[in-house]
Amino acid sequence: MLVVVVPVIVATLAFAWWYRSSNTHATRSLDESYEGRVEFVVWSIPALTVILLGGVIWIGSHQLDPRAPIPGKSDPLRVDVVALDWKWLFIYPDQGVAAVNQLVIPIATPVEFRLTSATVMNSFFVPQLGSQIYTMGGMITHLHLLADNPGEYPGFSANFSGDGFSDMRFIAKAVPTADFNAWLEQVRGTGSALDDAGYAELAKPSQDVPPTTFRSVEPKLFERILDQTTTGSGNAGIGGPAPPIHHAGG
Amino acid sequence: MLGKLTWAAIPFNEPLPLLSGAVVGVVILAILVTVTVKGWWPYLWREWLTSVDHKRIGVMYLALGLVMLLRGFSDAIMMRTQQAIAIGSAQGYLPPEHYNQVFSAHGTIMIFFVAMPLVIGLMNFAVPLQLGVRDVAFPVLNSVSLWLTATGALLVNLSLVIGVFSRASWWGYPPLSELAFSPDVGVDYYLWSLQISGIGTLLTGVNFVTTILKLRAPGMTYFRMPVFCWTALASNMLIIAAFPVLTATFMMLLLDRYLGMHFFTNDGGGNQMMYVNLFWAWGHPEVYILILPAFGIFSEVVATFSGKGLFSYRSMVWATLGICVLSFMVWLHHFFTMGAGADVNAFFGIMSSIIAVPTGVKVFNWLFTMFRGRIVFRTPMLFAVGFIVTFVTGGLTGVLLAVPPVDFVVHNSAFLVAHFHHVIIGGVVFGALAGITYWFPKAFGFTLDERFGHASFWCWLIGFYLAFMPLYQLGLMGMTRRLQHIPDPSWRPLLLVAEVGAIVIFCGILCQVAQLYVSIRTREQRRDLTGDPWNGRTLEWSTSSPPPAYNFAVLPKVETIDAFWQMKRKGLAPVKPAYQAIELPHNSSAGFITAFFATVMGFSLIWHIWWLAILNFLAAAIVVMIAGWSIEREHEISAAEVAQMERAW
Repeated sequence: MLVVVVPVIVATLAFAWWYRSSNTHATRSLDESYEGRVEFVVWSIPALTVILLGGVIWIGSHQLDPRAPIPGKSDPLRVDVVALDWKWLFIYPDQGVAAVNQLVIPIATPVEFRLTSATVMNSFFVPQLGSQIYTMGGMITHLHLLADNPGEYPGFSANFSGDGFSDMRFIAKAVPTADFNAWLEQVRGTGSALDDAGYAELAKPSQDVPPTTFRSVEPKLFERILDQTTTGSGNAGIGGPAPPIHHAGG
Repeated sequence: MLGKLTWAAIPFNEPLPLLSGAVVGVVILAILVTVTVKGWWPYLWREWLTSVDHKRIGVMYLALGLVMLLRGFSDAIMMRTQQAIAIGSAQGYLPPEHYNQVFSAHGTIMIFFVAMPLVIGLMNFAVPLQLGVRDVAFPVLNSVSLWLTATGALLVNLSLVIGVFSRASWWGYPPLSELAFSPDVGVDYYLWSLQISGIGTLLTGVNFVTTILKLRAPGMTYFRMPVFCWTALASNMLIIAAFPVLTATFMMLLLDRYLGMHFFTNDGGGNQMMYVNLFWAWGHPEVYILILPAFGIFSEVVATFSGKGLFSYRSMVWATLGICVLSFMVWLHHFFTMGAGADVNAFFGIMSSIIAVPTGVKVFNWLFTMFRGRIVFRTPMLFAVGFIVTFVTGGLTGVLLAVPPVDFVVHNSAFLVAHFHHVIIGGVVFGALAGITYWFPKAFGFTLDERFGHASFWCWLIGFYLAFMPLYQLGLMGMTRRLQHIPDPSWRPLLLVAEVGAIVIFCGILCQVAQLYVSIRTREQRRDLTGDPWNGRTLEWSTSSPPPAYNFAVLPKVETIDAFWQMKRKGLAPVKPAYQAIELPHNSSAGFITAFFATVMGFSLIWHIWWLAILNFLAAAIVVMIAGWSIEREHEISAAEVAQMERAW
């Protein structure tokens, strides 16, 4: 597209300069205001550009669809993501552990995310790993990512969600599979269990939360959070009534 | 008795809003005292506040837009400063509960109370003159529209000192904007001010579509209308189609907040995605409601200052209508990241990039209008050239954002913020500033100072690039929008450049204030006695500057496009045949009084003062009905008077 845009900018400046009223060398024809051939070109250039671009959009949208599973050699790792005020809860349903504001994944393994929000709308985003996707209460969105290289990639919410939004950040750590398994062992051996009471405590609004892990997690916690969000406060039996929403100030 | 309103609503413990509120209060008080002492009230009331003259109403819209620009701009400077200093562990000077109000107010004010009044003000001033008629179809309604818009602006500013403004951003996505997450009055200020001003805007749409379709000078067929009238027609058709969507959406959110319903809540079967859809079903056409008239202004300016007819008028018109229709088919590109499938995303991505076709055609047409022209660089033309150069790159980043896989990584980032400021400042604001300097001599009878005009243009242009190019890069580096503090210290240099850019834009605004001051002081030397200071092409230049209340003593007969240009060519202008008596609408206080009651009603609804809200609703309704049923609405200017006024010119 720069092929079109740059000449247009150059032509604009050139015409503006050359046809300035003080230039005695310029040829002027002040009557001419229509020319069929020029008109044809004028419609064709953007039309052709857009036809080309339309192809790119169609193919790109399908190939890079966040829902589309990423083919990989190993079985995908499942991670359930819950946006809370104002932190991220990551549940590893098959491993039975969970973490807050810390996402550890093995490299070269497709990761299959299911995402929801127990509060307002957020957007889950680790720029260096790929696409973002909204998280919304009572709804599940899907995202597939894959880390090729080990590293620590910043992640955050990309949709404004209130006073603690700026600190709703986490580190996505991609590690070799062996290290991932070691991390799982370590998590299982330390920290507390994420039970109903533990979740109720966690769901209370808090800001700038340091990374923590949970050695075990209630089965089907993700589904129960979904239920709780859609039925309103506390009906699904996760730790009694929903916490009062605290907003600083006003 | 007073609902939720208590002394606690006044932020005595927060010096910043209280101080700015106090300053605004003192300024307003000073103005009121001056007006009273000088005895200007009867003049103001008679000539301005109750005027139903489209030219006066246009000027008042512009004044509202420019005053609110100062408010919206001070929000912008506060945000830039906060982001330039709150880096790493520093928290800056604005805690989240303030910062979030500031950016919510900035967006709301700039779209609804700056861009809209500027665009509507210019349409009000210029469209009837360009059509060669004496007023809009419904002059009193026009005054109601103006004052309801002013009501909205007033309520937003009231939130500075009484209560708080919304902290849920200018788009107010639920559930954040629901009672459960935003229990204070902020969102109510946002909703009621936009509901009331939205009615005004809708009435404007009805008024202008009717005017353009039904009232044109004899002989002015559709394809002889100036391009600005075409863009105004497209823009107002979009208003009629889009604003009811916004009003209905906000009404559902209000029902959620006031009556505990569940349209958009997490629980009770609510669906927040519906709000997002409906909001942008209004929001994307809104972009074109603003930019199409700006395109129209540039078409007039480029043709006039190139001394040449617009290249390919017809394709300009079709491109305008094409954009008008397409603008309703692209809204989903505001939320590719909400989880729709690849087919849906691809469809809306392609539709969005198709808009680049008619837009590109327009750019080429302006280019070929300049080609072989005789270009005079007065301030409006500078803005036009600056616009073309700036807008094509802004359009380019827009097309990039329309590609879903690209959007997935830059959505909601500083890149997006840079993009829409690129097209709104480079397009709508430059268009409005060009339009104001272009039509100013027509409105006031003297031209604006060129030196300060040029200086302000360069400040705006350079300031824009300094302020927003860094944001593109920051967005690509992973900076999302609406951050109260910045996590990555390496972003500091770019944020400082953006801050400098905002200051340069501020210099541009100061130049404009100086331009106005100097021009008024030296107005006698810069009088426009011909009515045609730019060697114009369209009918507004065929009457005196400023035009008489009736615009044209005799309605012009139109035979071609660029009607006035042709008249000058054939030596027909100015024709002064036998004058006839002219009927003009009476002044009407209906607009001002309705808006007064609407203001109190909005305030009462925000604070749950039900009895007062009901009373004021009834009062406003009665005023509207009285105005609607009044029999004697017009007065006559006799032929002799008309002849006398025309001789004076």
